Amino acid sequence: MSLSQRKPLILGDKTYADITNDICEPVETLPTKRWFGLFSGAGLLFLCYIGVIAMVVAIGIGLLGVNHPIGWGTMIVTFVFWIGIGHAGTLISAVLFLFRQKWRTSVARSAEAMTVFAVMTAGLFPLMHTGRPWLDYWLMPYPNQRGPLWVNFRSPLLWDVFAVSTYATVSMVFWYIGMVPDFATIRDRAKNKIRRLIYGIASLGWRGSARNWSHYEMLYLLLAGLSTPLVLSVHTIVSFDFAVSMLPGWHSTIFPPYFVAGAIFSGFGMVVTLLTLVRIGYPKFKDYITIDHMEVMNKIIMTTGMMVGYAYASEFFIAWYSGNKIEQFTFANRAFGPYWWSYWIMVSCNVIFPQLFWFKKIRRSIPIMFVISILVNVGMWFERFVITVTSLHRDFLPSNWGMYAWSRYDTGILVGSFGMFFTIFLIYLRVFPAISIAEIKPMLYVGKSKPHPNSSGGHHG
Amino acid sequence: MGKRIGGIAGIWYDDHELVVAAAKVRDAGFVKFDSVTPFPVHGLEEAMGIRRSMIPWVTFFAGLIGGCSGLFMEYWIAAVDWPLNIGGKPFFSVPAFIPVTFELTILFAALCSVGALFVMCGLPKIDPPIIDRDLTSHKFAIFIPEDDKGYDAAKVESLMKQLGAKEVKKIAEY
Repeated sequence: MSLSQRKPLILGDKTYADITNDICEPVETLPTKRWFGLFSGAGLLFLCYIGVIAMVVAIGIGLLGVNHPIGWGTMIVTFVFWIGIGHAGTLISAVLFLFRQKWRTSVARSAEAMTVFAVMTAGLFPLMHTGRPWLDYWLMPYPNQRGPLWVNFRSPLLWDVFAVSTYATVSMVFWYIGMVPDFATIRDRAKNKIRRLIYGIASLGWRGSARNWSHYEMLYLLLAGLSTPLVLSVHTIVSFDFAVSMLPGWHSTIFPPYFVAGAIFSGFGMVVTLLTLVRIGYPKFKDYITIDHMEVMNKIIMTTGMMVGYAYASEFFIAWYSGNKIEQFTFANRAFGPYWWSYWIMVSCNVIFPQLFWFKKIRRSIPIMFVISILVNVGMWFERFVITVTSLHRDFLPSNWGMYAWSRYDTGILVGSFGMFFTIFLIYLRVFPAISIAEIKPMLYVGKSKPHPNSSGGHHG
Repeated sequence: MGKRIGGIAGIWYDDHELVVAAAKVRDAGFVKFDSVTPFPVHGLEEAMGIRRSMIPWVTFFAGLIGGCSGLFMEYWIAAVDWPLNIGGKPFFSVPAFIPVTFELTILFAALCSVGALFVMCGLPKIDPPIIDRDLTSHKFAIFIPEDDKGYDAAKVESLMKQLGAKEVKKIAEY
């Protein structure tokens, strides 16, 4: 790649009309057999998940392995896992937008969809973890008849309620606003009356007037600007759930940046997993989500993987340097205690395997990046497991030690959540334009010379 | 927004040509004309003389209101209505109240900005008339309403053709 000419973001000789046709095709055609296969698999898993949730809610939280001393188990681990997944979507859609990274346009829509669905999946866990989810409205401060009785604003758990619900709301709104012009495109192409009606409602009657675009672009910029500090705050506050406590292994000032880096790391892992599948499912999308796009994301995975590795090393150093015996024991116990295997799964998946991305061939190989991206997510789930469970299981008093009693309901909750996520994501791929039509069109001539009818030559920065 | 109005629309097949044409239409003295494009066209705002959007002001003040009311709510609840001694901390523990204040700032700012877009663009529009179905895909239009300054059907039509419009259409209502 020469310095003067950047690589094209969209491959093939396309026109604006081709872009519309390519991206609308999945919405306007019947699903393939492969999609139905995946969907029925994911849907079945989702149904099982609903069953498991029903049992956990009806019979009680005791079905899971949580007990003394490990009061936070699969629910919290998996909650943090899914919330973290969401962060890469906001990073791509908002932070990279502010930095004017043009490559983001091809992947932003799906990454943001991933955010919304991951937050939906995540949001259920703390609600169920309360044990009596029908009383979850108590989490909100509202005037009530039980005397003056309010929530405690000094509690990190309450900060989390506000952070996660704000994050869910704002990212959903941001995602939807981004789709409004594309819904209008689908509405105007629709030959079928019902489709025109449904997408017409979804498009809010958008017409693409230049005066409206001016407001729209301003709003988009503002939402990106608001989402950026928001996304950093959300995982910071999630880390406060741990860091504000007094437990060795949790009580750590490195947690906020460490959690945010880990979230971006795992989120990009999930984006790569999903987009490799999207590329296989919709071969036409390969011109938009190119190997170059995948390579950039793999570089981010490697970088954030090293940041996470640095955080692991730093935690150990500080534990030793603090001179605090209990702190030192906690970390030695993490790596060499009864849960040593979870620690080393985490280290190998998060720090060692992503190092393969130093090699360009591997960065650009779809099968290898698919495997590594899954390993990254395995590693990141174990990271949260290590933080939550190994810190709780052996604290100050040996008489207070125990092990997490993993039950099959824990497995059901964990595996089932993937069923929910993938079911929603697969529906999304058929119902929503999976690449932003309006945003990608201005990128058509990046790295190419524009064939202009009046020969004004190549331009468009 | 409000009432629907007739006029004449010219359609171009290229965004760059549209920008040039929009600047010329503006030079010809029209002020109420609008362009319809499938994506935000770079340079069109300047060519048409559209002023900077007012939404940032809404965002700023909504954020301010959200943050202040969030902090006030926490103060009133934790220090006035239900003062509860938690670990000897002050009733009005400002550092601990920052996260919720921050989140409410963002929430108010974001939702009110979206509300401002709805107001400024007149959304949602129910079944708006459409000049051409390809204007959300690959065609670009300039629409001059009949109540614009110096509107004359014949003159507008010839102006559009002169500026290279591929199609010129009389629009009954827009």
